[in-house]
Amino acid sequence: MLKSHFIAQLLKLLAASLLLISFAMLSRRRTQRLVTLLAWQGAVLFVSTCLVAYDAGLTELYYSAALTLILKVIALPWILHRLVRRLGAQWDSETLVNIPTTMLVGLVLVIFAFGLAQPISVLATTITRNTLGIALAVIFLAFLMMITRRKAVTQVIGFLAMENGLFFAATSATYGMPMVIELGIALDLLVGVFILGIFFFQIREQFDSLDLHHLEALKED
Amino acid sequence: MEILLVLGLPLLGALSLALFGARRFAAELNVGMSFATLVAAAFLVLRVIRHGPMLVAHEQFFVDSFNVFLVALTAFVGFTTALFSRPYMRIEEHHGRLNPRRLRLYHSMYQLFMAAMFLALLTNNMGLLWVAMEAATLSTVLLVSLYRTRASLEAAWKYFILCGVGIAQALFGTILLYFAAEQTLGREGMTALLWTHLNAVKGQLEPRVLGLAFVFLLVGYGTKVGLAPLHNWLPDAHAEGPTPVSAVLSGLLLNVALYAVIRCKILVEGSIGSRLPGRMLMTFGLLSAVLAAFFLFRQRDIKRLFGYSSIEHMGIITFAFGMGGPVANFAALLHMTVHSLTKSSIFFTAGHASQTAGTQRMDGIRGLVGISPTIGWGLMLGSLAILGMPPFGVFASEFLVLTTAMRDHPWTTPFLLVALGVAFAAIFSRVQPMVFGESDARPLPHSPAMVPVFVHLAMVLTLGVYMPAALAAWYRAAARLIG
Repeated sequence: MLKSHFIAQLLKLLAASLLLISFAMLSRRRTQRLVTLLAWQGAVLFVSTCLVAYDAGLTELYYSAALTLILKVIALPWILHRLVRRLGAQWDSETLVNIPTTMLVGLVLVIFAFGLAQPISVLATTITRNTLGIALAVIFLAFLMMITRRKAVTQVIGFLAMENGLFFAATSATYGMPMVIELGIALDLLVGVFILGIFFFQIREQFDSLDLHHLEALKED
Repeated sequence: MEILLVLGLPLLGALSLALFGARRFAAELNVGMSFATLVAAAFLVLRVIRHGPMLVAHEQFFVDSFNVFLVALTAFVGFTTALFSRPYMRIEEHHGRLNPRRLRLYHSMYQLFMAAMFLALLTNNMGLLWVAMEAATLSTVLLVSLYRTRASLEAAWKYFILCGVGIAQALFGTILLYFAAEQTLGREGMTALLWTHLNAVKGQLEPRVLGLAFVFLLVGYGTKVGLAPLHNWLPDAHAEGPTPVSAVLSGLLLNVALYAVIRCKILVEGSIGSRLPGRMLMTFGLLSAVLAAFFLFRQRDIKRLFGYSSIEHMGIITFAFGMGGPVANFAALLHMTVHSLTKSSIFFTAGHASQTAGTQRMDGIRGLVGISPTIGWGLMLGSLAILGMPPFGVFASEFLVLTTAMRDHPWTTPFLLVALGVAFAAIFSRVQPMVFGESDARPLPHSPAMVPVFVHLAMVLTLGVYMPAALAAWYRAAARLIG
């Protein structure tokens, strides 16, 4: 009992740090820092999945934790780092909204997320039930980042952060989706990032830049 | 066995075309694989007609009257589009817009896209449904940017990001669904995401969770249906991608995404015991239909024009499903069929028309009848069909939708009539000068593929004047299932 209580406390700590990393991502403008933060987010996910797996005694969750470690902590950040270096996209240009305002909007979003998750969290029987609100908040914050940034790479990092939030929701509300689904999702994610990589090069070839304001020609006229 | 073939043949096609896609016979191989898939789908249909619904492979795949009709439609349009794409892509290559390497990518991804759609339709697992929808998006992203022009890159980027974010919402919805199901069905045997199991216990699922799940699922899959206000990707992707891709996106992918929404709606309505999900579908559907109709007026690009028309029609179908009941569902299913057939045939002709004129801008396309009577009349008849002129099938389904709306929800009638009227004026006034009038453009270097166009239009016409009893019974069974 005491052990389970300890694990629950630890999970709450991890959930909080996940949220903190999300806010840190909102405040950063250097692309490489963002990639590093994304990797940290992956690492937190890995640890929390392992803890849930240990507490619930579910072997299949260890597999999905391993998947997280390989994909989100090692593979994707590595690919992104390489991309950023080869494309020379180290700095994000101006954000659309200045950073303090973004943070304030982020705060509102977090409150909204908690309000939304409240009635559902009550129903959860798993040890991590209070964390559903945080998962939702991480998703919303990633979404906010995608909206306020202009660089293609940053938007993709936002997209991946959103995926992290979803994954956290899957482990915190349930004990993770069935393995088949998780493999499918991981595969889709990997293929998606590869396609984006190809895409970045095509965009830069055409526009000499990864700034998305070039991509605003298709409008209703 | 048939299910395995329907899923396996496109995958095999994707693999072989990835190897031989740059060869001269790639287009023929593409047609051949699509035809084989169509035959397998036909056998599947026969089997379902003879033995009724079935569940196979540890209940992971299932076929009932709702999805078998979409499988048949998808396989058919997939085949005719492959037929059309053979001469179309030859002409594009002749014009120097594509090279063999890009054609290899195109053929291989085309088959992969078909495979993903069949997987989405046939799977019984709500999680796999999500995976398949995402795979369908990913396989078409590089197709939209096939020409590598600035505009096509922008369209593909928008498509990827908007649909990616949308589909992420759908994943959250799926997670919530699993969360609710797990409490009723338990974790054992991994049945908690199987639609048939969920449907059996839908009355016991926690309504609050399912309600929230439905919001996310509707927003997520609704983005892919092209429902306003999340429709932004659709006209761009349709206009900038190669025409066969526009045809399958409009004719098939939108249907499959709507299919996913309806599957979710069945579960959620059973759980929360009210018609709220239906009302949400009605609102989104009506909004899309009206908004798209007004956007139609502002279009200059022929494929954009018909892209917006797709949004309008998906809006009408969503609205009809939202009303529910046997008649409205029947109308929605019929409209799904005729829209898919008509819209793909219109994209075929629009593609050839812009190849003839050398531009997609409508003020550059003139006097099609004079250059090639088949293209000209194909575009005219197709437009009349999509605008709901009798005796085409679209008229029948729109008439059913309208009369049901008048009876059950009278306040919606003016909106629907305005949408249909505005769309009529916008499209007809654009198409008329394109078809008639003077032109000095030259005929195409390869003969255009007009057979699929007229076959589709003939089918739509047939559905309008005479519906085979077997087909009607089939639609009725599916409409009952949807509830």
